[in-house]
Amino acid sequence: MAFVKNAFQHDILPADTPLINVQIDGEWVQVPKGLNAIEAASRAGKFVPHYCYHPKLSIVGNCRMCLLEIGMPKMSPDRKPIIGEDGKPEIGWIPRPAIGCATQLADGMGIRTDSKLAKDCREGVMEFLLINHPLDCPICDQAGECKLQEYSVEYGQSESRFVEQKVHKPKKVDIGERIVLDDERCIMCSRCIRFAREFCKDDVLGFTQRGGFTTLAVHHDKRFDNNYSLNTVDICPVGALTSKDFRFKMRVWFLRETPSVCTGCATGCNVTVGAREQTVYRLTPRENEDVNSLWMCDQGRLNIGYFQGPDRLTEPLVRVGGSQVGAVWSNIYPQIQHKMLGLKGEQVAILASARATNEELFVIADVRRSLGGDTVLADIVPRPGKSDGVLQNADRNPNSAGTRIFGLNYKGQNIAKIKEAIDAGKIKALFCFHEDAVEAGIPAETLQKLDLLVLQHIVPGPTGALAHFVLAGAAWTEKRGSMINAAGRLQRLNKATACPGSAREDLEILLNLRTALTGGNSLHKVEEVFKAAASQYPIFEGLTFSRITDLGVQLDRSKLPRPQVVKGSVVAEPDFAEEFAPREMPVKSEGLPATTPRISA
Amino acid sequence: MSSVTDTSETTHSASHDVHDPHLHDEVKVELSPDFLAQADKIVSKYPVSKRSAVMPLIYLWQDNFGYVSQQGVRWIAQRIEIQPINVMEVLTFYPMFRQHPVGKIQFKVCRTLSCALAGSYETCEFLRKKCGITEIDEHGLGVSDDGKFSVEFVECLASCGTGPVVMINDDLYEKVDTSKAQELLNKVS
Repeated sequence: MAFVKNAFQHDILPADTPLINVQIDGEWVQVPKGLNAIEAASRAGKFVPHYCYHPKLSIVGNCRMCLLEIGMPKMSPDRKPIIGEDGKPEIGWIPRPAIGCATQLADGMGIRTDSKLAKDCREGVMEFLLINHPLDCPICDQAGECKLQEYSVEYGQSESRFVEQKVHKPKKVDIGERIVLDDERCIMCSRCIRFAREFCKDDVLGFTQRGGFTTLAVHHDKRFDNNYSLNTVDICPVGALTSKDFRFKMRVWFLRETPSVCTGCATGCNVTVGAREQTVYRLTPRENEDVNSLWMCDQGRLNIGYFQGPDRLTEPLVRVGGSQVGAVWSNIYPQIQHKMLGLKGEQVAILASARATNEELFVIADVRRSLGGDTVLADIVPRPGKSDGVLQNADRNPNSAGTRIFGLNYKGQNIAKIKEAIDAGKIKALFCFHEDAVEAGIPAETLQKLDLLVLQHIVPGPTGALAHFVLAGAAWTEKRGSMINAAGRLQRLNKATACPGSAREDLEILLNLRTALTGGNSLHKVEEVFKAAASQYPIFEGLTFSRITDLGVQLDRSKLPRPQVVKGSVVAEPDFAEEFAPREMPVKSEGLPATTPRISA
Repeated sequence: MSSVTDTSETTHSASHDVHDPHLHDEVKVELSPDFLAQADKIVSKYPVSKRSAVMPLIYLWQDNFGYVSQQGVRWIAQRIEIQPINVMEVLTFYPMFRQHPVGKIQFKVCRTLSCALAGSYETCEFLRKKCGITEIDEHGLGVSDDGKFSVEFVECLASCGTGPVVMINDDLYEKVDTSKAQELLNKVS
């Protein structure tokens, strides 16, 4: 079930839509009834170029790029189709071209996408579009993924006949918090206007002036500051709308694209990570009709700075006396093991994270079981927010569902217990995985009482300064793994860049710790860990890491441990369920998941 | 990062567009009960979609206050529950809708074929010179420095047999050559 409902879906029809016979470039094919000519042609493997048409927006037909030839079935005087010599209906071609986007095909109709008329039309449209276009491709951010460039090559003319002056329009117009507009590059397709109106329900963009002077603009009273505004940069076919964040940063053809999943909230929007060498430059939404369609929020999209800052941990640190010094990984694990000697389960606590992958959580849960199971206090840090009713989930943790499956989620209620137990001297060792204990509410004075404080994170934070061991881990773009979103969809993260310095992938660190602490050394790769998890947790039955694919797998929601809903709180729909009950209400502590793990031999 | 191109602060340009900063500070006008009643009457004519009242309301504002200020844009937008940008779309589409003050006495000189052949360009040039108009905007409108006169070309005024024709505010004058134009100027000034 998709999280987001598009106002229009021209490309997707219900599965039971009846088929009709249409002729596309001379071939008779069957396509679902109700498709427009562009979509029907694409099902037959023919591409019809277009600018203003977008499958998820209303159809306006103002770019004229998709002009093609349309034919109707010839009818005899008694209104029966005339059958030709080849046994197929004869088609009467209309001499005037028609736009493909606004032409719904009916049974027996024909279209010609590559006839001379269609080609001439495209050539003419391209010539007009290029008249006032500045052709500043060398410095344009869109270069390399610009439809005007692509169609110029494919459908344009090789020579320009234009000798007049180009119309000059506003440049570098600041139309919103995150968007800069270059009006000269705009080809007036109006996709952004329709997106703002139909998807954002925030009608702030419009065309002012007229004819060749037509200018995209906002009114200064109401600018384009919507949290979904950067999607217009994606759907802008040219370089008119540019992201302030990405502007002039990198030529797009240098970006290595890796399919992954946004970890900003429990929706898990599918994204493409654009990186060059060690740097992630941008995220763009990746189509997944079961999750985010073609969109993502700006907050998620721009959330790539925090792990690329100057405070990033690039090597493991060991506390020696009063200071921390860089260390070698191979020395760290025996040292931790040594410090853990003789500690009982109730003397150890784990602060896990709902930002961790399932594989990492599995290893943490496995180590916890070896150390003493439920006697080892564990929890995660909840991140309740507000759902925006579009894509942003109320749960800002990407993998709360995973933490519930692996029995590590106590809704943050154990954090206070951990603090008390440390203060009482009962807990001697605390392992913080990608969560900062101080920020989670365990003050520095308390942490200083610990015999062993291990922090595995990407930035040191306030806890880092107190830790005996700081393990430099990986950001979400630097590792592989799987997560489960709020709708119970299992999705995959992929590695887009290498970890900086001698930081390591978290799973590798955890597996080494597991080997040091429990002796188990059967697991090495993420695939193996997933396989082990699948053998112990029935929810993953029949799955392997590679079977998750880039589009994810829907898990059986009835078998997923549900977030506990407090009596009296209103929950409209399970997928949008507020994961966290209001704080002032009494909350029962959450038990183990319904799927109690089978202990492996 | 790359220094291939100018990444300096975002700037505005083209004085006629909606980003024009001087549109902000202007004299506010009081709306009389009569004006509000007229507006209500206009809006009530479009029970299905209030939005359709945008052009009549722009006319109403312009007839009352001479031009449609940003105050007018905002007022019209909230009156028919659309965004100010939607009003701007219509307002900037038609040059006959004014966004800036025009002369108290407006000369509209026809320049369509018959009048053009009959000498309307000379008439217009004469009027501009006599009114002391040196600058004209992107729509061909020129306003005298004292704000008393404005002269502009318009399209056909439907009196092609008696060209060149000129409208002064809402009155039509025929066969306006330069000497007739001088007479008219003397009359109105």
